[in-house]
Amino acid sequence: MRRRRIRITAVATCVLLALSQAACGGSSGGTSSGSILVGADLSLSGDFATEGVPYARGYDMWTSYVNSHGGLLGRQVQMDILSDASNQPEVTTNYQDLISVKHAQLLFGPVSTLFTVPAAREALRFGYALVEGAGGGPVVFSSGLTNVFDTGLPIAGTVVPFAKYLASLPASVRPKSAAYVTENDPFDEPETDGAEPVMAAAGIKTVYSNSFPQEVADYSPIADAVAATHAQVVILGAGDLSVLSPFIHAWIQDGYNPEALYTANGATPPQFLPAIGGATNGNGVVTSGSWFPQYDNAISKAFVSTYLKKYGGSENNIDPSVAEGYSVGEVMQAAVEATHSLTQSKIIAWLHAGHAIQTVLGPVSFNKLGENTSASAFLFQWQQGQYLAVQPAQAGVSGIQFPKPNWGSS
Amino acid sequence: VTILQAVIDGILTGGVYALMAAGLTLTFGVMQVINVAQGVLVVTGAYLSYELATRFSIDPFLGLLVTVPALFLLGLLIEFVLIRRLRQLSVFNFVVMAILATYAVSVITEGVLDMIFGSGEVEIQAPYVDKSFVWLGMHLPEIYVYGFLLAAGLLAALSLMLYRTRFGRCVRAAEQNRVSARLVGIPVQRVSTIVFGIGVAVTAAGGMVFGATNAFNGDSGADLISRLLTIVILGGLGSMGGALAGAVVLLVVENVVAVVWSPLWAPLVFSVVLIGVLLARPNGLLGKATAQ
Repeated sequence: MRRRRIRITAVATCVLLALSQAACGGSSGGTSSGSILVGADLSLSGDFATEGVPYARGYDMWTSYVNSHGGLLGRQVQMDILSDASNQPEVTTNYQDLISVKHAQLLFGPVSTLFTVPAAREALRFGYALVEGAGGGPVVFSSGLTNVFDTGLPIAGTVVPFAKYLASLPASVRPKSAAYVTENDPFDEPETDGAEPVMAAAGIKTVYSNSFPQEVADYSPIADAVAATHAQVVILGAGDLSVLSPFIHAWIQDGYNPEALYTANGATPPQFLPAIGGATNGNGVVTSGSWFPQYDNAISKAFVSTYLKKYGGSENNIDPSVAEGYSVGEVMQAAVEATHSLTQSKIIAWLHAGHAIQTVLGPVSFNKLGENTSASAFLFQWQQGQYLAVQPAQAGVSGIQFPKPNWGSS
Repeated sequence: VTILQAVIDGILTGGVYALMAAGLTLTFGVMQVINVAQGVLVVTGAYLSYELATRFSIDPFLGLLVTVPALFLLGLLIEFVLIRRLRQLSVFNFVVMAILATYAVSVITEGVLDMIFGSGEVEIQAPYVDKSFVWLGMHLPEIYVYGFLLAAGLLAALSLMLYRTRFGRCVRAAEQNRVSARLVGIPVQRVSTIVFGIGVAVTAAGGMVFGATNAFNGDSGADLISRLLTIVILGGLGSMGGALAGAVVLLVVENVVAVVWSPLWAPLVFSVVLIGVLLARPNGLLGKATAQ
């Protein structure tokens, strides 16, 4: 009886030791070399891969940078990116995996507003900060998430500066009519909201206003309906190039050339011009964003130089999403180094304190909602095959070209 | 004019979708294989045309002389490596396992395309892509007109092959009863292999027109497959004419609703039409009563 009790005690002790060993392994972040594990979910395939893949490049570039500069708190950084395949339920599963199984010590966010909310909810459940760069839709900041920090440009009303520009034109050249057509999702609708009141107040009459669902089989009838109104301005809430391109092709086929065309997304380098048939079809197209390769910022210039050394090509081929992804790492790095800690509550408190962080995107600082209140907001316009920041004014750039040249002409 | 334009847009675009769906309905009709890789195979065809156009300046329509045989061979390979080996299963298990096998083909092909071409979207360029014919004040995009003519020609050729040739008789016999067909000396396995090859080959043509009218990447096939399945179910599984009818109904209904009412309502109204058609004709618009 006594021998049996001893044996049970011994077994129980071994089990406890094994469990505590496993627990100790977990608290070290699941890495054997003492490095810091950073976990992220990105869409590496599926609909959002056009943004997810360059983001992964941005995360990897930051990891290489920080490791080549002594690491984070003196420890090397290991990046673990899981793919959600553009499938929302996978986002939650991936963050559970990163937190509970892989014991990631820091979390970077996914792409898309659609995925950022569930990601931040899951991170919040475990008390983690979630720094991200592509979840700038209003729903992210109105969901009561106290742990999310978006390094990008808050997207609500990013069209407004362009609307104000059009409204400010002398009455003799100011457009008289506008069409508003937007993809129905939490990212594109907020982005184009706010243009209509500004332009209507300046006497620019709304002649078409409609939303369309994602993944339409044929965009031609919607584009044709816009063309039939002969609107002088088109504000298009395209989710990406696969939406923008059919509209542009349809308008060229219809012989309809609006004097001003703004698109929420899809008009960024490097894919835009080749897809729509070359530089002359892109002339005059306007979009907005927070970064461009010629950005006059020391960190940005160093980033561009590193990128070109690593991946080759020309600076105009750098997808802005790479820089946005890189900025996520920079912000997290600043918070960890400032707090000398990987403690999530300290990181969250520091980020909420509104400190200005210098990044590849320019200064970043957060309000209580996690919005970047210092974000650089640029209007970009394609001119002669160049993706130019036309507002705020840049040295050597003549400003917004209005009216937009006809399709196929310079 | 806008409504008439929407109807004509729907008919023309419907032809392109019919071209993409034709292979799906053919492989189901003869082999009971629901090829869920059809979407990504369309994209593969689009990439082949894109490469020929950008690297060798070969016109996309002329490039079909290369891409159609290339995808035919790919179809033979898929049938030989995967589908054939499932034939030993019961009919039900075969249908289910064939879906899983073609899903695996879809995932693998998508991964390979992503690896080769990256995630960036591309589009096939040709001088006529942005041109249009003006008719009664409407603009008919040349690429869609040519695409529709190609679809009509290919679907007619497939129908002729099925109903006017000895091989077609073998195909139809295999479609109606594989065991009886084998008993009368039809090489059912070989027929199935060739039909699968043809089904995949046709997607090269659909992919070319799709790639010339849409920016695409390796993942675009995932969006396509649900639409293609809807088309063949509406038109009638196994029916070539049904693929065309289903595609035209889908596109015309959605286009007209988008113009008359709102683009947001178009998918819902089409779903109501689909349910209505299936209630009245459970085998689809032109499907046969024997379709499974």
